Amino acid sequence: MTTFTPKPDLPPPPNTVGVVGWVRANLFNSVPNIIMTFVGLYVIWLAAYWIIDWGILKADFVGDKASDCSREGACWVFIQAWFDRFIYGFFPDEEIWRVNVVFVLAGILLAALIIEAVPHKGKIALFSLIGFPIIAFFLLHGGWFGLETVETEKWGGLMLTLVLAVVGIVASFPIGIAFALGRRSNMPIIRSISIVYIEFWRGVPLITVLFMASVMLPLFMTEGTDLNKLIRAMIGITLFQGAYMAEVVRGGLQAIPKGQYEAADALGLSYWQKMGLIILPQALKLMIPGIVNTFIALFKDTSLVLIIGLFDLLSIVQSALTNPDWPGFATEGYLFAGFVFWTFCFGMSRYSQRLEAKLNTSHR
Amino acid sequence: MSKFKSLVTAVAAVGFMASTAAHAGATLDAVKKKGFVQCGVSTGLPGFSNPDEKGNWVGIDVDVCKGIAAAVLGDASKVKYVPLNAKERFTALQSGEVDVLSRNTTWTLTRDASLGLNFAGVTYYDGQGFLVSKDLGVSSAKELDGAAVCIQAGTTTELNLADYFRQNGMKYQPVVFDTSDQTVKGFEAGRCDVLTSDQSQLYALRLKLSNPSKAVILPEVISKEPLGPVVRQGDDEWFNIVKWSLFAQINAEEMGVTSANVDKMKSSNNPNIQRLLGTAGEMGKLLGLSNDWAYNIIKQVGNYGEMFERNVGQGSALKIQRGLNALWTQGGIQYAPPLR
Repeated sequence: MTTFTPKPDLPPPPNTVGVVGWVRANLFNSVPNIIMTFVGLYVIWLAAYWIIDWGILKADFVGDKASDCSREGACWVFIQAWFDRFIYGFFPDEEIWRVNVVFVLAGILLAALIIEAVPHKGKIALFSLIGFPIIAFFLLHGGWFGLETVETEKWGGLMLTLVLAVVGIVASFPIGIAFALGRRSNMPIIRSISIVYIEFWRGVPLITVLFMASVMLPLFMTEGTDLNKLIRAMIGITLFQGAYMAEVVRGGLQAIPKGQYEAADALGLSYWQKMGLIILPQALKLMIPGIVNTFIALFKDTSLVLIIGLFDLLSIVQSALTNPDWPGFATEGYLFAGFVFWTFCFGMSRYSQRLEAKLNTSHR
Repeated sequence: MSKFKSLVTAVAAVGFMASTAAHAGATLDAVKKKGFVQCGVSTGLPGFSNPDEKGNWVGIDVDVCKGIAAAVLGDASKVKYVPLNAKERFTALQSGEVDVLSRNTTWTLTRDASLGLNFAGVTYYDGQGFLVSKDLGVSSAKELDGAAVCIQAGTTTELNLADYFRQNGMKYQPVVFDTSDQTVKGFEAGRCDVLTSDQSQLYALRLKLSNPSKAVILPEVISKEPLGPVVRQGDDEWFNIVKWSLFAQINAEEMGVTSANVDKMKSSNNPNIQRLLGTAGEMGKLLGLSNDWAYNIIKQVGNYGEMFERNVGQGSALKIQRGLNALWTQGGIQYAPPLR
């Protein structure tokens, strides 16, 4: 009796594995797909050809005035010459280091929060939320410790965009949580106030809010009260986004099974203990996509301040385009602004995915 | 747009009622106290008010503000620029956010009479014109029957265009764009034969063409757009200062006083020049200023002609002809009352 000895497994045919296999299985597996593949490749080739030819091969990189460009390709000299304005707005040249310090500090804090090996996350987060804004304000505005005051009228460019976005994000989050809890409260007055607040701000376009803040509000204030335009815009954006945030948070609260609430009640926890220890930690985790969605929308919405004459990144690019010494650089300018916005939004979205993966404790 | 205008009008009227009384005579004192002039400018209009890549504001409207600062404070650099959108410019003036609005604003009866504002003069006589390609072989707007016309969305431009073609019994086909960049691209791509906008803007738009020398601006001007600085109604002292600092610049050009020769001119024995530069008479005192007010303007900013050529004329990229904006002695209509 011979024992059965199985032959060793043969490797799969070489044309079904690896890159070749994947390409055959996905791109060239049927006639329509083959056609689609070639059309797609052609489109990619066209776009890539234009980008490389216009953006790199024929582009001009060196110089300091418009006439240094041949205009056959992109003129990155334009971006280079205006770079300081695009990033810092009208911030005086000799004070720009202050903005850079804030940028670097923000970068370090962000890295410390993202990199998992760094200890004391809680303390760093607390410092980023409370200490950092104060330091940043003192550095940017000045007027203390011998720093020269830089009026907010001189703030602009990417710096202003970031200031508006960060203030909006940091301030609208607690407002959103407060009003979401308020809307689900059993106390009729608090509930009504929350509903009125949320429905009012959600029912008004952000442009209207900004117009009200910059055009109408000064007329209602007594003579001489000069509430800064930037602060007015910040308050408008924050209240507006707070309402959206409240609805996102409410969505998360409603997704928590009733049993969690009842279990917390059965343990004898107070309302704030129940929310702080049981409900919100679970709900916030569920809400990450929604929250980040709102933050990204907020970041992009900040460019609406151009209609009230604040020079954020987009509007300073636009005003550079109107300069008679630099005619016809619209493509370069808008590409630059778009690229910067995309970088930040993409960064936020990647971070949120990491956060979701990290906090994922689901029963899947 | 017209709905919006009436809203702005109403808003501004409310603001005006609330603020007039408090303002009377107060602006000059306030400016002297804070040490700078707050000046409303545009968020970017070629040749009129524009940030440059160094972050400085340049343009005719900016120079008007510098002139006022030089007259009042003796230092043309003491201006704080507040960039304003077309929609918020009047309220910013009403609410006291700016002391003077110098943001190529057209002087019209409605604005003058119902917004609680005073126009302090005309810095630039503008008007709607036409830009055509040289290849079209057209030398007058009257030959444009049946043309496709690129317009930037904005009702006054469109209405003026419709009026003009109807008056002359001609037909046209409008091609409307949203921004000036799109308009230029449309014109360049051949989607229209003619591009229409305010003349001062046409020169800036022409620069954006890949070959500016292939386009010409037709001589016809189909609307009146006198642009000038605006102040709040009810503060006549300040109104006079803004008005006369512009007149001083125009008078200086007429007398041949420039920033380069102003020191030499101080010893001139022409009584007009002496009054202008404060070596005779008490002109500055009457305005509530020092007697060398006009000297400071001319020394630091220049006369009207210098200001024009530097920002929009031959010394700039725009290369606009003086045209209507030449002095009355040279075929234009810039005319200032005598300084006496």
